[in-house]
Amino acid sequence: MASVTGKPIFAGSGRTRFEACVATRDSRLARGAVLALSLAFFFVFLLLPLLAVFVEAFRKGWEAYIAALTDPDAQAAVQLTLLVAAWAVLANVVFGVAAAWAITKFEFPGKRVLITLIDLPFSVSPVIAGLIYILLFGAQGWLGPLLEAADVKIVFAVPGIVLATLFVTFPFVARELIPLMQTQGTEEEEAALTLGANGRQIFRRVTMPNIKWALLYGVILCNARAMGEFGAVSVVSGHIRGQTNTMPLHVEILYNEYQFSAAFAVASLLALLALITLALKTVVEWRAQVHRGAGDRL
Amino acid sequence: MTTSRITRVLPGFRLSLGITLVYLTFIVLVPLGAVFIKAATLSPEQYWEAVSSPRVIATYKLSFGASLLAAAINVVFGLMLAWSLVRYSFPGRKLVDALVDLPFALPTAVAGIALTAIYARNGWLGQYLEAYGIKIAFRPAGILIALIFIGLPFVVRTVQPVLEDLDIEAEEAAACLGAGRMATFIRVVLPALAPALLTGFALAFARAVGEYGSVIFIAGNIPMVSEITPLIIITKLEQYDYAGATAVASVMLVVSFVLLLLINGLQERTRRSEQKVS
Repeated sequence: MASVTGKPIFAGSGRTRFEACVATRDSRLARGAVLALSLAFFFVFLLLPLLAVFVEAFRKGWEAYIAALTDPDAQAAVQLTLLVAAWAVLANVVFGVAAAWAITKFEFPGKRVLITLIDLPFSVSPVIAGLIYILLFGAQGWLGPLLEAADVKIVFAVPGIVLATLFVTFPFVARELIPLMQTQGTEEEEAALTLGANGRQIFRRVTMPNIKWALLYGVILCNARAMGEFGAVSVVSGHIRGQTNTMPLHVEILYNEYQFSAAFAVASLLALLALITLALKTVVEWRAQVHRGAGDRL
Repeated sequence: MTTSRITRVLPGFRLSLGITLVYLTFIVLVPLGAVFIKAATLSPEQYWEAVSSPRVIATYKLSFGASLLAAAINVVFGLMLAWSLVRYSFPGRKLVDALVDLPFALPTAVAGIALTAIYARNGWLGQYLEAYGIKIAFRPAGILIALIFIGLPFVVRTVQPVLEDLDIEAEEAAACLGAGRMATFIRVVLPALAPALLTGFALAFARAVGEYGSVIFIAGNIPMVSEITPLIIITKLEQYDYAGATAVASVMLVVSFVLLLLINGLQERTRRSEQKVS
């Protein structure tokens, strides 16, 4: 008998616990139908677009591919994308750790509202995320005249792109850290405090080892979104080639000029980034599980 | 209030909360507030005119309609995919599991041009569909495809953990009492999954309503036919109609806030019902 308690006594058979249990085993027909439908859906809607990017990128051959990537405008786009992502990651690590520390280590009124507000940028359309900075810093915006007088350009320049990216990546690090630090509580930090550690020592030697995988996870997601953001950045960028074009915007320009292979070549770099992100994410998830498992045993 | 005094023995409260509030205020709250203040500079008639012209109304219908339909399709297929990943063993399961998050990781512009390459008239699938008279790209159907793509992981990732934690006992009891698998699924499993399915639906819908990058390439962007609401904001901006763009944005923001509160409520309920079980 496979399961009365639902315990996995089917180790090594490769079956899931639901398949090992008679009561939860689906008929072959049901299993076949569900698997076929869901995998067909997966193939058509997820895998096919991914394949299309790489196949279209190499449609005109290896040399055209390399030429598209070594084009000075493409290079400038790559550099700008890296710069923007670096700012987004840096700002979000500082903010994410600070927010998680304040929210999980202390009690204060309005905490629930604060948690909701941190999630807010997720539900705002990227187009609006760009629009808001035009309203603030654009030529007709609130601070527009002031900025013009001081000869500072924010909109249609790099600072605007960074700001819009900060907005859309805002929740990534904080929302990974908050649930984890909530379950970890404050005992370990308090113990360190009674042993005479100061704030910096507590953070570095007690908190940091506990949250490093969640932090890394947040950074990976934040970086992917920062490098790939299109809508918000497209509103504030001004699309100046070689200056305010990030990689996704460069893809759009090439595509609209019917340079399809070149567009897909640059897109293939971004798709590669997505694949690396997913691989890293899977590794970190696994490491975090091992880490948590080890913590449970202690 | 003794507890609060005890927990504040740790250092860094003022610093960490200070950083949080300043960053939140300047990056999120002030800019979003600008939308409503700018929209308020319009007279009520102007505002109404901007948010309810026939062309704008057509975008609401399309954006909300396509998003609802895409989220509904994702609930059905997302549940099947989550079911396959949790309940069945098949070769490549881990790979499929990891790739489900692809729409989160793949930049939307890349997804947009890839989907267009597949569904355009001479595209990978488009050429075969064309033979049957089915046209997808540059039509509302293309928008639907893009919204299905970006919404799928929301459903799978909210249903999957609930499905994993489901008690086998309840299904065993149903089987002992003579219920078939179908009856067990409909009367035992589905009710347990309902809050997660609803949350996934709401998340996919919320994301789809605001989606821009993956849609505009495949949509064709024909006014009154295949123009989404985020695009009309951009169109108005490009015509230097800042007030009009802001007015439409304010409508979308209100919808987003309502959805956010709804989703928070749903997640809270899911969490509470899980706690009750354990």
